[in-house]
Amino acid sequence: MSAQTSAAPASVNRAGKPRLATVWLGGCSGCHMSFLDLDERLLALAERVELGASPLTDFKDFPPADITLVEGAVANEDNLEVLLRVRARSKVLVAFGDCAVTGNVTAMRNLFAVEDVLDCVYRQSATVVAGLPLGGDGVVPRLLPRVRPLHELVRVDHFLQGCPPAADRIFDLVVALLEGRTPELTRRFG
Amino acid sequence: MSVKTLTIDGKMVTGVAGTSVFGAAWEAGIQIPRLCHIGGLSELGACRLCLVEIDERPRLQPACMTEVEEGMVVRTDSARLHAHRKLIVELLFAEGNHVCAVCVSNGHCELQDLATSLGIDHVRVSYQHPRRQVDASHPRFALDLNRCVFCRRCMRVCDEVEGAHTWDVAGRGASLRLIADLGQSWGSAESCTSCGKCVQVCPTGALFAKGSSVGEMTKNRAFLQYIVTARAQHQWIRK
Repeated sequence: MSAQTSAAPASVNRAGKPRLATVWLGGCSGCHMSFLDLDERLLALAERVELGASPLTDFKDFPPADITLVEGAVANEDNLEVLLRVRARSKVLVAFGDCAVTGNVTAMRNLFAVEDVLDCVYRQSATVVAGLPLGGDGVVPRLLPRVRPLHELVRVDHFLQGCPPAADRIFDLVVALLEGRTPELTRRFG
Repeated sequence: MSVKTLTIDGKMVTGVAGTSVFGAAWEAGIQIPRLCHIGGLSELGACRLCLVEIDERPRLQPACMTEVEEGMVVRTDSARLHAHRKLIVELLFAEGNHVCAVCVSNGHCELQDLATSLGIDHVRVSYQHPRRQVDASHPRFALDLNRCVFCRRCMRVCDEVEGAHTWDVAGRGASLRLIADLGQSWGSAESCTSCGKCVQVCPTGALFAKGSSVGEMTKNRAFLQYIVTARAQHQWIRK
């Protein structure tokens, strides 16, 4: 893969390496935990890429990336806004884990109306303060009517199944993309 | 007993009249994808995964429900068939609530196996997320309709092998559902002998033994062939 991308000006990518980003939408962060399970291979990866936006960095806005792993389903308005921005600024976008690929556990709330879910969680089950945490200030993003997998909303280039995907498979996929190879489907769907 | 000669995937194959194309292919070592078929039970033609191309027939035919004919030319593998099978499996995933990550059969599931073998990495149609019931009223087993693919193996094994016919289906289309006896809870179905045959033939995690956790429910298919062979040939041999 080229070190420079059409989306990333040379001045942005100071290290002259492909930029890898990871994003966390409506998921449990298990996929990111699995990513950290690369252990010492993180050092090998760090030799080959520059880390862009991720839950570990503090970019206020999403900088352009060559490869972006997106964990989680699209569950609220903030997730949707982030996903659209990430898609526009990513050369290769990977649906990272089952929530991103199928909706998975995050989408289990689709069996119920949003109002019923909120009522159950914030009113019926509340132990201290009962009430919806909306407030009208926009701090808490509004839930979308349905949780949706990424590919229903944006173009997805690769799908990495697993809940979470094993560290070995994450590594294989990223290395394959860095080397310009098509990652192989080696795991069960779902 | 007449014998028919036909060609399957370019290979000359013979089959006794009345045999299905699926059976003849199986005998010849040609495995056609299937979900509702299971050796030892009657054929139903419910899943349509075993569709094949037959010369001079414009429509695809289910191999399990099509009898061998003299001179028949069959293809079990083509781009057209692959596309149909792939979409069928994707539709099955979209129709139910197959949340594999929290399923007792995760990793031991025929639906997952099919998806992998067909190269499915995502579902191209919208998930329906239907409201379906879970019946845990039986003391030993449970039924999770979210994971049912309506193959009706359970219905057939209960009727044809156990002789109880506890299971049946009610409703049509998206309202189709598995019912016990006359639609009551499984635990109160008087015809059920609690033999567990339905649980063992279920291809997914829809029927499972209570106490199973994620990925723990493995199904034993061998019992069916044992019983069927024993009854038909009086050979009480466990392989």
